[in-house]
Amino acid sequence: MTTSAFPEGVKRCSGSQFILWLLPAFLVLLIAAYAMFRVWGFGLNQTNMNDAYGFALWIWADLAVIALGGGAFFSGFLAYIMGVKQVKNIINFAVILGLVCYSMALLLLGLDVGQPLRGWFIFWHANIHSMLTEVAFCLTIYLGVLIVEFIPVILENPKIQRIRFFHHLSHNMHEIMAVFAATGVFLSFFHQGSLGGVPGVLYGRPFAFREGLFIWPWTFFLFTWSAAAVGPLFTASMCRLTEIITGKRLVKDEVYQLLAKISGWMLLTYIIAKSLDTIYWATVTAPSAGFSLMSFYTNNPLYGIWILIAEIVICGFLPALILITQKGRENRRLLFAAAALAIIGLCINRWVMVLQTLAAPLKPFDEWFMYSPAWTEVVTTIMPVAVGIIVISLAYRYLPLFPQERELNP
Amino acid sequence: MQKIPSHTKARHFGMVIDVDKCTGCASCMVACYSENNVSFRDEESAKMLSLNWIMVYKLTNGESFPDTEVCYLPQPCMHCDGKEFGKPPCVSVCPAVATDFDWPTGIVSQIYTRCFGCRYCMAACPYHARQFNWWDPVWPADMEKYLSPNVSARTRGVVEKCSFCYHRFQLARQKAYHEGRPEEIGEDEYQTACTQACPSGAITFGDLDNPEHEVYKLKQDRYAFRLLERLNTNPSVYYISKRKWVHRMADNYLEGEVPAAFAENEA
Repeated sequence: MTTSAFPEGVKRCSGSQFILWLLPAFLVLLIAAYAMFRVWGFGLNQTNMNDAYGFALWIWADLAVIALGGGAFFSGFLAYIMGVKQVKNIINFAVILGLVCYSMALLLLGLDVGQPLRGWFIFWHANIHSMLTEVAFCLTIYLGVLIVEFIPVILENPKIQRIRFFHHLSHNMHEIMAVFAATGVFLSFFHQGSLGGVPGVLYGRPFAFREGLFIWPWTFFLFTWSAAAVGPLFTASMCRLTEIITGKRLVKDEVYQLLAKISGWMLLTYIIAKSLDTIYWATVTAPSAGFSLMSFYTNNPLYGIWILIAEIVICGFLPALILITQKGRENRRLLFAAAALAIIGLCINRWVMVLQTLAAPLKPFDEWFMYSPAWTEVVTTIMPVAVGIIVISLAYRYLPLFPQERELNP
Repeated sequence: MQKIPSHTKARHFGMVIDVDKCTGCASCMVACYSENNVSFRDEESAKMLSLNWIMVYKLTNGESFPDTEVCYLPQPCMHCDGKEFGKPPCVSVCPAVATDFDWPTGIVSQIYTRCFGCRYCMAACPYHARQFNWWDPVWPADMEKYLSPNVSARTRGVVEKCSFCYHRFQLARQKAYHEGRPEEIGEDEYQTACTQACPSGAITFGDLDNPEHEVYKLKQDRYAFRLLERLNTNPSVYYISKRKWVHRMADNYLEGEVPAAFAENEA
């Protein structure tokens, strides 16, 4: 008797339909591969970055995908450390999403450095005072943890399960997974914070600079908190998207609602802290360097005060208030609309902390530095989406990602 | 972080630029290109893509004729002491220690062979004093023969910046050592290329902490100021101008605030 490659008791589309579905993603991947060849082959002159924009689209993408991939660490924290059983129904998906986000972030970082072959210097000649060093260490180790967390999920494939060794390996790995989850949580808390520290310590850049606690600027804590709040919402949203694409229910509504409730309260506390931080920065920190709040939001074609309102009110308080109310969570459309707003808010936050920081003029005789990315930057930034589609599609097809799928699709 | 070895005399090199004397001739820029093997391309109009260790900015007071005034402001790396001494904004952020604060001289170094081009230092520097090698350096035919053997050429993908002609300090120190006066380097023995090239004598260079050096006196001029001083970067480059609008162009002020040099007059 032959064993099906698909998880037991579930239906999957035909092979040709599956390949057809993956085709556009592979096309994007192909174009991105060409862009990577151009950048690695001819250098960063293939981008639209310049001396004013040493950091640009890729660094924003790094910060954003790592924060969104934070669903993996926070879901792991809830499932394995806090013992929230419902979250286990979505944890496999969260791990895969995290793995895609983190591996793509590292790839983009590899693309972003001027001398990729010297990339190992960051480990070998590590400057322990640099936030980027901490990011590199934690990110790399956490990617390793995510791979370890993903292995038992791969081993769950029915064909692989037939092999006795892998069957036992997968069982034993499940037993010790809490240890890895705890390690992942520890590492992730630090590197999410360090990513916040990257702009926060720049005391020569008053738009980004923040005071803080000991060596950690307030952005250190705000980045961690926002990633923990919005990461699970991203996981839930992507899971819902998978449901829409596959036409199947994969996770019970109560799982979504639980994640939304936790995220909602975290988002609310985060956005209150962010508002307080903004008020202090606008009234104390920036004026001490001779800048008024509006000097950062006028005389340029893009960065108006709207961006601050969009981030804090429309994409902060509004989704948080929807998610903390039971009625808001029980209405599926409203729940995912709020999640989408929160995700956009987080992306805006990462954008302004990187791009607006560099755009704002410092010398009175400087003008705003504006930037639009080159095609090489855009297509490689879209690449994580294409890779995500391919990896999640393969994982969904061949691995038992969703324990509730059989029950929900009899 | 490295401290000053006990047998080394501490110096604090810096520059004072009298912008009222600067004519904007850019001799300093040319001398710097030549001295430090700074590469250039056929097309140099995009200033944010070109390399220049010292950049001359043209400032105007914004008034219409006949009240128009112009000022030329040469800007090298500020070799900041940092908010905390020895911690300039760019140094502590570099993940691979490719840039460092040299305690015996106060000079901020850049180690090209260590830099892997993450550009975090560029994001940290408020002066845009650091530049990235977006292209491989290519010199016109035969020009490679005229490159200085004392300064290493940089490759594509690394950051570079003004070094206060550190190689000249090394040569001066070497000479002094061989002449049996290891710690005695005269003011004239170590001067940067831009200082020597300036035809109007606008640039003065020396040890900011040595009372015998000209810069020691000049930095105490009533009209001396530093660029973006309120960011607490503590630059080692000072400027002098008697014109109030120039002071206003050098830092950010809220409504009602007045540059320090003119505060008494206003009061």
